[in-house]
Formats: sequence, C-alpha cells, structure tokens
Amino acid sequence: MQPSLRHRKTSLNPGGGYWIWYLLPAILMYSIFMAYPMLDSIRLSLYAGTTGSREYIGTANYVRLFTDPVVSARFWGAFKNTWVFFAFHMLVQNVLGMLFAVILTNRTMRGRQFYQTIIFIPCTIAVMVSGYLFRLLLNPQFAGPTLRSMGLNALVHPWLGDPKSALSVVSLVSVWQWVGIPTMMFVAGLQSVSEDLLEAADIEGCNSWQTFRHIRLPLIMPVIGMIAILTFVSNFNAFDIVYAMTGPNGPPNYSTDLIGSLFYRYGVAGEHPIGIPEPGVGAAIATSVFVMLLIGVLPTLKATQGKE
Amino acid sequence: MTNHTKNVRKGKSLRFSRLHLPGHLMMIIWAFIVLLPVYLLISNALKTRVGMYDNPFGPPIPLTLNNFKAVIDQGNFFMYFGNSLIVVSVSLSMILLLGSLAGYGLAHWQGKLSRGLYFFFMIGMMLPIKIATIRLMELMKTLGLFNHLSSIILIYIAMGLPIAVFILTEFIRGLPGDLYEAAHMDGARRGKIYCSIVLPLIKPALATVGIYNLVPIWNDLWFPLIFITQEDKKTVLLAVTKLQGQYTSDWPRIFALLTLSALPVIALYLMFSKSFVTGLTAGAVKG
Repeated sequence: MQPSLRHRKTSLNPGGGYWIWYLLPAILMYSIFMAYPMLDSIRLSLYAGTTGSREYIGTANYVRLFTDPVVSARFWGAFKNTWVFFAFHMLVQNVLGMLFAVILTNRTMRGRQFYQTIIFIPCTIAVMVSGYLFRLLLNPQFAGPTLRSMGLNALVHPWLGDPKSALSVVSLVSVWQWVGIPTMMFVAGLQSVSEDLLEAADIEGCNSWQTFRHIRLPLIMPVIGMIAILTFVSNFNAFDIVYAMTGPNGPPNYSTDLIGSLFYRYGVAGEHPIGIPEPGVGAAIATSVFVMLLIGVLPTLKATQGKE
Repeated sequence: MTNHTKNVRKGKSLRFSRLHLPGHLMMIIWAFIVLLPVYLLISNALKTRVGMYDNPFGPPIPLTLNNFKAVIDQGNFFMYFGNSLIVVSVSLSMILLLGSLAGYGLAHWQGKLSRGLYFFFMIGMMLPIKIATIRLMELMKTLGLFNHLSSIILIYIAMGLPIAVFILTEFIRGLPGDLYEAAHMDGARRGKIYCSIVLPLIKPALATVGIYNLVPIWNDLWFPLIFITQEDKKTVLLAVTKLQGQYTSDWPRIFALLTLSALPVIALYLMFSKSFVTGLTAGAVKG
C-alpha cells in the first residue's frame, strides 16, 4: 500500500501545534475580513444608526422590513421576484445544462470540445458588461428598424421597459450567461458514470431515454444537488445583472428588483427618495438571506450528498 | 416488440444515429445564440455612428478604430485597467501564498484543533461574503481604507481563502509521504520542505485555485462599487458603470469600452480553456 500522509505519523508530523504558525496568516485574514463581519452583521441587524450614533433597537428592523407598509412591500416584492429569477435558472438554465451535457458526452459525436468552448464563453464575461450589452441590444433603437424591415414588428418592443416582460428578460440574459457552469458540472458528472453500466443497459435493450432516466440520472444526483445549491446561493445574491440591465431601483416599477438590489439600496446607497443608507435594515436583509440560505441549502445537502 | 427485433432495428439505424444530427442542430443553434451578441459587440465597436445606425447587424464597413482610440485616450482606459490588474495580481498571489501555507499545515497536522480549523474554512465555501457587507463597510471606515485598492484586495483575499485551503489541503494530503521522509532525513526543516518540495509539486493545484479566483475577482462589481468612488482608483468595471449617463448617444464608443473590458478574460480563456473549465467548476464537483 502506498503510504500516504493520511495514516502516517512521520517525524515531520509530531502532531504538534507548531503547524499553527503556517495556518495563522490565513486564519487571521479569513476571520477578520470574512467570518467575523458575517457573524457581526447579524448583531448589527438589531441596531439603528452607524458607528458613533448606534443604538440597540431589538427586532425593530425586522418588524419594519416585514410589516411596514412601504418597506415590506419592497421586501416581499423583491422576495417574490428573486424566486421567479431562481425558477428561471432551475427550469431553463439547469435543464438546458443537463441537455447540453447529455449531448456533449456522446462519445461518437464530433466537435464536442468546440461546442463546449463556445457554451462557456459567456461565463468569463463580467455580468456588468454582458448585462449592459444586452441592455443596448434590446433597446428598440438598435434593432427596431432592421426587425421592422423584416416584417417582425411584433419583436419591436421595449422589453426592459415593460413591467410584464422585464424580469423574464433579465432572467433569460442571466441564463444565457451562466448555462456553461451546470453544463460543465453535468459533463463531469456524466463522464464518471461507468461505461460498462451503459453498455449493459444497451445490451438489455434500454432506449436512450430509459438509460438516462434509470441509470445516469440517479447516479448524478449529488451533482444535481450541488448545482441546485449553487444556483440558489448565487440567485439570492444576484445584483450586477439588475444594476447593469435596468438599474439599482429594479425598474420599471420595481418589477426587476431582487433581494440583492434591495440590499444595495437600503444598506449601501440609501433608498429613494431619502437617500440615506440604513445599515440596520441592510443587516436585517442580509441576515434574512443568510437564514433562507441555511433553510434551502442544508436539507438539499442532506438529501443529495449521501455517503460516498 | 422483443429485444431481438429491437436490436436489429437499432443496428440498421446505428450509422445514422452516429451522426448525432439532433445534437449538432441543438449545439449549432445555441452556439449562434452565444456568438451573435458577442459578434454584435465587437462589430459595432468597429463602426462609425452612422454606420451602426444604417446597418447594426452587418459587418463593420467602413471599419474604424476611432472608438477604441477615444476610450483609451479620453476615457483613460489603461488607468482603470492598471487598477484592476493590481487588485487581481496582489489578491491572487496572497491567496496562493496564504492558502498553500495553510494547506501545508492542515495536511500534516493531525488533531482535533486542525480538524476544527479545516471545518471553519469549509463553511466559508458555502456562504457568500456579500452577507458581511454592512460590517465590512464599518470596518473599512475604521481602518480608513475607503478609496484605497487595499480595501477590496483584503476582502478578495479572505473570500478566496476557503476554496484555496480546501483544494490545496486535499492536494498536499495526496502527495506520497516518502517525499517528506527523505527530505527530513537530510535534515531539511519544514520551511525548506515547503519551498523546495511542496511548492513545485502543487503547481497544478495552484493553477486551479488561481483561475477559480481570477475570473470572479476581475469581474466583481459589488465591492469596488461600494468602496471606490475616487476616479483614479476605479477598476475597469466601474468605468463601465459610468456609462449610465455619459456619452449615451455614442453607442459605438460604448461598445468599444465593453469590448475592451471583456476581451482580456475571453482571450485568456480561449488560450487556456481546459484549465478554465476545471478551475471554474472546481469546488463544485467534489474530489
């Protein structure tokens, strides 16, 4: 057996706390600039004001966030929009990703590497750039004349200015951008399904749908769970796409306002029309997101990441 | 239908199914959907204003580089680019240095405390650092780091460490133990072993960690937007945010700025696409 470090007490390895010196710089950086601020944000959600003028107000920020007529309308509006945004990613992005991955793992297909490379290109572009690009391309000023001359008048529409379509369009642009991530993860997952198993299924006369449904799908459950978690976490933090495509207020009429943009307005920039940030309310929004992530992520982890 | 007849039918259509026509069709349609906006971005950056309005979908004839010139000369593009470059390179080198030291320690140190510390880092892989924003703003105010590149650099280092520690610890654990034994018998000390044995061996893992962090840091808008308001400290993406108001009627110039902001990463990706894909999907697929 190859002796590895896992089961070996080497002379280098006296079990000593001396190693702490190697860990200390990383621990300090990570604690000061990530772990501690995250935890302390929860405490800040119980205060009003900023450093110097801070006072403890108990759960007043949460009461305001969930029940105040104006603030809660914004919060629940953004909450609902974020779920719609998430639904688009689960149903369109991840299903497309799965479909692409199934196509791209056909061993006899040519040009797989080429397609894979193209699908992944948008993932490397900043959301700010791609969002702004689509904002211009979707402006009727840009393609309107061409579309009209082609007789496609129905397509000439201020898609981002219409509260009925804006959120769907923003979501689809985000899907366009990120579909490469689930695709690659599914490709990696599907490639690890043993070839013998698929061959056996083939000999037994399974058609490709049956093979997929009963052999590949159950075997890549952990990957599906991981993708669902990643999608959930990133969607509940999405901000750039709204900022770039419609603006930090989530126009028109707050129809593209997501939790991320709401957080930015209340906690960082200051909500219109007062324009003074309320760190306490911002921290309460962040804490709510944190709790939602825990509620969403932990059961998914448990259900899909079985013992290896 | 029996299995036998099924297999016969399959055999006949095998050649045809090997062509994967529906698969190719699907992939070609999606490739078109991906590449069309990219084509429109670059081709319109090369047009004059009139040329763009006349024919937004056509090739850039007559071709002009004036938009790029304007973005670089009047738009100060290289100043923003330089700032982004500083942020990315300092953050990445610190992530790799601190991450590999910690990974080296965690791989060798077996005890309750080290397992606890490993878990402490792992939690950070699941939680988005944006949640900490409000407290980070106070912290940076106290430290007087608003409008200093170091504010976002410090945050990026912290943000990149969990995945770095995870990947590097696992990688160093997988290295054969004999290597250390031999070096130790030669009387090499831990620090020397780290420099002369561990570092050269973990290069592939360092590359994965580097790419995993490179793209999100280069493309991050959130933290620069909050901490940097001073013109000469702004990153490339903050230059893009200024578009919301500035020369809005000069679309080709906007396209030129967007092209210049996107192109460096796209070019890097096309050169090293394999490592990019492994890097960006690392941490997601375990093992």
